Amino acid sequence: MPKDHGIGASTKRREDVRFLTGAGRYTDDINLRGQAYVHFLRSDMAHGRITSIDTAAAAGMPGVIRIFTGADFEGIGGLPCGWQVTDKHGQPMQEPAHPVLAQGKVRHVGDPIAAVVAETREQARDAAEAIEVEIEELPAVIDMKAAVQEGAPKVHDDLTSNLCYDWGFVEENKAAVEEAFQKAAHVTTLELVNNRLVANPMEPRVAVGDYDRAGDESTLYTTSQNPHVIRLLMGAFVLGIPEHKLRVVAPDVGGGFGTKIFHYAEEAFCTFAAKAINRPVKWTASRSEAFISDAHGRDHVTTIQLALDAENNFTALRTETYANMGAYLSTFAPSVPTWLHGTLMAGNYKTPLIYVNVKAVFTNTVPVDAYRGAGRPEATFQLERVIDKAAMELGVDPIALRRQNFITEFPYATPVAVEYDTGDYHATMDKLVEMADLDGFAARRAESEARGKLRGLGVNCYIEACGIAPSNLVGQLGARAGLYESATVRVNATGGLVVMTGSHSHGQGHETSFPQVIAEMIGIDESMVEIVHGDTSKVPMGMGTYGSRSIAVGGSAMVRATEKIIKKAKTIAAHLMEAAEADIELKDGQFSVAGTDKSVAWGDVCLAAYVPHNYPLDEIEPGLEETAFYDPSNFTYPSGAYACEVEVDPDTGKVTVERFAAADDFGNIINPMIVTGQVHGGLAQGIGQALLEGAVYDENGQLLSASYMDYAMPRATDVPFYQVDHSCQTPCTHNPLGVKGCGEAGAIGSPPAVVNAVVDALRSGGSGITHIDMPLSPARVWAALQG
Amino acid sequence: MYEFDFVKPTTLADAIAALGAEEAQALGGGQTLIPTLKQRLAAPAVLVSLTGIGEMQGIELGEGQITIGGATPHAAVAAEVAAAYPALAALAGNIGDPAVRNRGTIGGSLANNDPSACYPAAALASGATIVTSNREIAADDYFEGMFTTALEDGELITAVRFPVPEAASYQKFEQPASRFALVGVFVAKYPEGVRVAVTGAAEDGVFRWSEAEVALSADFSPAALEGIDCPAEGMIADLHGTAAYRAHLVKVMTRRAVMAAAG
Repeated sequence: MPKDHGIGASTKRREDVRFLTGAGRYTDDINLRGQAYVHFLRSDMAHGRITSIDTAAAAGMPGVIRIFTGADFEGIGGLPCGWQVTDKHGQPMQEPAHPVLAQGKVRHVGDPIAAVVAETREQARDAAEAIEVEIEELPAVIDMKAAVQEGAPKVHDDLTSNLCYDWGFVEENKAAVEEAFQKAAHVTTLELVNNRLVANPMEPRVAVGDYDRAGDESTLYTTSQNPHVIRLLMGAFVLGIPEHKLRVVAPDVGGGFGTKIFHYAEEAFCTFAAKAINRPVKWTASRSEAFISDAHGRDHVTTIQLALDAENNFTALRTETYANMGAYLSTFAPSVPTWLHGTLMAGNYKTPLIYVNVKAVFTNTVPVDAYRGAGRPEATFQLERVIDKAAMELGVDPIALRRQNFITEFPYATPVAVEYDTGDYHATMDKLVEMADLDGFAARRAESEARGKLRGLGVNCYIEACGIAPSNLVGQLGARAGLYESATVRVNATGGLVVMTGSHSHGQGHETSFPQVIAEMIGIDESMVEIVHGDTSKVPMGMGTYGSRSIAVGGSAMVRATEKIIKKAKTIAAHLMEAAEADIELKDGQFSVAGTDKSVAWGDVCLAAYVPHNYPLDEIEPGLEETAFYDPSNFTYPSGAYACEVEVDPDTGKVTVERFAAADDFGNIINPMIVTGQVHGGLAQGIGQALLEGAVYDENGQLLSASYMDYAMPRATDVPFYQVDHSCQTPCTHNPLGVKGCGEAGAIGSPPAVVNAVVDALRSGGSGITHIDMPLSPARVWAALQG
Repeated sequence: MYEFDFVKPTTLADAIAALGAEEAQALGGGQTLIPTLKQRLAAPAVLVSLTGIGEMQGIELGEGQITIGGATPHAAVAAEVAAAYPALAALAGNIGDPAVRNRGTIGGSLANNDPSACYPAAALASGATIVTSNREIAADDYFEGMFTTALEDGELITAVRFPVPEAASYQKFEQPASRFALVGVFVAKYPEGVRVAVTGAAEDGVFRWSEAEVALSADFSPAALEGIDCPAEGMIADLHGTAAYRAHLVKVMTRRAVMAAAG
């Protein structure tokens, strides 16, 4: 019988009450006394040299308080990059300056040139239109391969080229990989594009800067997934504000998907301007602004090759990828196509030799950074597509080919530098075959064909690395930050708990699932535990939420802090019951002395801690509050097997997803309902990437898909009722909860399933097609059918 | 938005008077105009709302014809003409989403003449009459190209009169992002012949596919379309489809419309 409380229970999300009744408090709901508004004048040109900015007329417009340009930020830091990648020659990447407001040049459509602060939004916008900017247009660099050609126009004049880095992984394996390809019985080659995406969280970005002159303290309210990271980056590298004089608050945040990890110019601007004019300054992005200023995702162009021996064993894999950085390096951009991508190229398979080459390229486009999955979807997509193509070429069953090459023994050290602790890939595949009724596919295909439709089945596996990340390891790989997490557990005198966690919740349901863990540990009701997050003045230094890390890293910190609480509470209980500490047991919120009927309740112990009249003051301090920092010893490795069935209308090229089954291994699970919801959301985004979404630039660097009129988001009618299972559980061996993380799996595992299915459908109709690039729009599928 | 004045007259005469002002702009349901204003792509001095004018509201089901007030929202058409002209009701009921259908009006749609809008196909295929504040215009004379119509400054669509066909169907293939018609085809069969109007496809906006009309007038069946192709010349080519793809879809949607209407 399923549990009704604690770990493993599908407790309803307590935060939904406020979200669904309009009581959420988002950044745009924050309005401060005397608040002014900023409007950014953004470049409508992809590449150009600013020859003059005349703000005189604009400055005299009604309501204008002050106009800022790049000149106001001379001598102030630019936006820092949080990860330095070293190239295959051992040289650091090329790292251009990233000014808050453009200095000298504009480098993408949307690059901020000037900022007008005025009494109202409309006045700021009116005045921005009156600023006279002269820009000498320069040729735009959009195509990555063209960008790295000799003589291509340079995005950054002071760099030697548009190549950020040329990364080889593992460089020492390159020769052995070449040799294995020479000896291969079969080589499958596939060229593909991982399409550029716009994250499109429901809530656009917002920033409110505030300055308290009395205390010389700055506060930034912002739509962030990691307020401490913003405080550190903005305070230390941009504005020079020490952390004790800077508070960053990320209240309710309406979705992030990665794009709200990064430190953005608008945040630094609002904080800076609030001090400059001594008034709060607010910016709320319009949806149009979001398209041209939120970091985009993906955008890889890859050639992948798989070598097999005569028995169809994978013997080697090599890839060459061009990864778009956009015009500047966003906060974690360099890590995405390298350490979050190359290290996953083994997938679920025991391929002994792997070489990954990634060329990161600057172009005159919006910066590209982590988006749900970040590097791992790109790795999974190419690997699972090339395996399907190999199966096609060899005439073997794609599931059998995968099974034959599965890793079956754990721990398993891959040739790409990571060690999988646990997994059971046959178990998830077995579960998938059963739940997706793959045996019934032939009959369903026949039924579709009778209606003139083509039906296809796509199956694939995925593995990802979550629980980001062991700090000493990522430090060696170039991270300029640690990736631990923190938790403070504060027990109140009457027994309730407040947990201050560095993990940030922007849709994940932490306020529900985290209390389940603590309630289980102590044996009290979940309602006695409150979660506080998103405010650097309340929470110890924490690294925030991304990379499916919250329960694995943040949850572990919370467990460690709670263990300290329980240890101290047992000391108090032992004193109260005049027993030995070693004999104290905690169960269902009662401390008892083993072998006796003596017990004392949780609440009595808490009260004793704060009213220490009868208390072991010579042994321990009063109070009951503990902090823990948890740094994981490894990544976690969720895995799974997905199956997608599509129907293609050959007359129009329209693809409909008829069935989608996902069998995931997330290790232990805290709240199955929330996990199911996370998988559903991930699948919708993955299906969106596969069928609908695509950010497209023209050759001049204009974003053609700059609104919902042209950027196709998935809607409820575009996805089927999913079959989702997470009963296959191989618990993580190195964190206290045995959890792996589930936030990105759906988005990682689903795109190859959809594309595999569409290719299968088209081939069933006699087409010789082997690949179509995403998004598989009706026009593209129809064109492919025409040959 | 830029600042503007707003008036909401209750009679047609007052609306026309208000539209005589400098830089005045009529506002129907606002489904195109309001987003345009929010993007600061238009700067009218005064908006004249047409939604408070009783004589522009409502649907009249007559003998063999339906008259729809110019300010009637799509949702009302979807609900009220379902029995009398099911293809028209289905078209109206599948425009945008519920919010759009409860605000957007037939007159607004026809006055705007978006090349991807649905209503122009219905009006043209039905041989509708566009009744304006000062004359009646046959649909064949009304549509003059993308976002261009026979309407003169200050002239308002007060009603649209649809002759009810013997059989009809509208088939829309949606553009994946906007869900407007990538190609929409309205086929209507009248005693005097079949009319086929295509929206979404052509650079000049809605048009009649006369070759298909001739074939279908002789034989109202999908087979009649065999051997006929819509030329790709003049078709829209964009992110969502080439000219050839749109031309192909015109035929597919026409065939489906005939099947649906004949079935």
